[in-house]
Amino acid sequence: MGKKELIKLVEDSVEVKQFPAFKAGDTITVTYKIKEGNKERLQKFQGVVLQRAGSGPTATFTIRKISGNIGVERIFPVSSPFIEDITVNKVGVVRRARIFYFRKLRGKKARIKEKRM
Amino acid sequence: MSGILGKKIGMTSLYDEKGKNIPCTVIEAGPCVVTQIRTKEKDGYEAVQLAYDDKKEKRTTKALKGHFEKAGTTPKRYIAEFTRFEDKKEFGDIVTVEVFSEGEYVDVSGISKGKGFQGVVKRHGFAGVNDATHGQHNRMRAPGSIGASSYPSRVFKGMRMAGRTGGKKVKVLNLQVLKVIPEKNLLVVKGSVPGPNNSYVKIERWS
Repeated sequence: MGKKELIKLVEDSVEVKQFPAFKAGDTITVTYKIKEGNKERLQKFQGVVLQRAGSGPTATFTIRKISGNIGVERIFPVSSPFIEDITVNKVGVVRRARIFYFRKLRGKKARIKEKRM
Repeated sequence: MSGILGKKIGMTSLYDEKGKNIPCTVIEAGPCVVTQIRTKEKDGYEAVQLAYDDKKEKRTTKALKGHFEKAGTTPKRYIAEFTRFEDKKEFGDIVTVEVFSEGEYVDVSGISKGKGFQGVVKRHGFAGVNDATHGQHNRMRAPGSIGASSYPSRVFKGMRMAGRTGGKKVKVLNLQVLKVIPEKNLLVVKGSVPGPNNSYVKIERWS
């Protein structure tokens, strides 16, 4: 048995949830659980996906939004138990798998062409 | 004390019951063979010698071949001694990963990754010169003073300087055992373990 299979065997216990497919440039909303003391509530984070990184249960994705003129980025592990739901709001047309150039864009330039469904 | 020899397979991450992401290292541990018992009368100290990982017979010296034959096993690549082994082991016995159980704390030692010739900032954690301005140039990562002048007129022994970094034996204490998979001889510990993937590690549990 190879190294990769052995690591996979360990990762097997991590549950990978099924979410709709999304890629860099898409606008998505992540609904995640947030704990305050003993209470649990849901919070939404809507933004543009900058990248999807990694594979299997350890994969992550980065989303960015502008909150009050300040850019906010969050990295979520795909298999995080705190993620409740992911919905795809817009499918963007970008030429790259990782759109880090998007961070420097402001105002009218910070627009991504939307794919018509 | 109880222990085993193993090989670092790689790292991944798991989630605990609170949903927290836990970085962990996968180690292939054992099965090991007891190839020698050191005794007080004969060797002056008590220890158990374990051997792990098969190697080709043609790459084994005659002396070692004889050593392994005595224990009734095939030639092994990694041999190490454990002192104060608590469970009585006989010559030729097999030690498996089942000596550990989930939730226990173990110490793992191995040879750290070699980093080559490194400066004092990386090697000893010096801060370097924090200013890029105020008259400083080309000394951002310099060590600064290495001692006084005419007295003592020399540099004290053991002064921390640049040099070969890493590639030394390092032991990490108190790593929690997250999982034991006896069918595949796997041990999953919380946190990182010294050395690159595929390197040999020694796992000990002091109780």
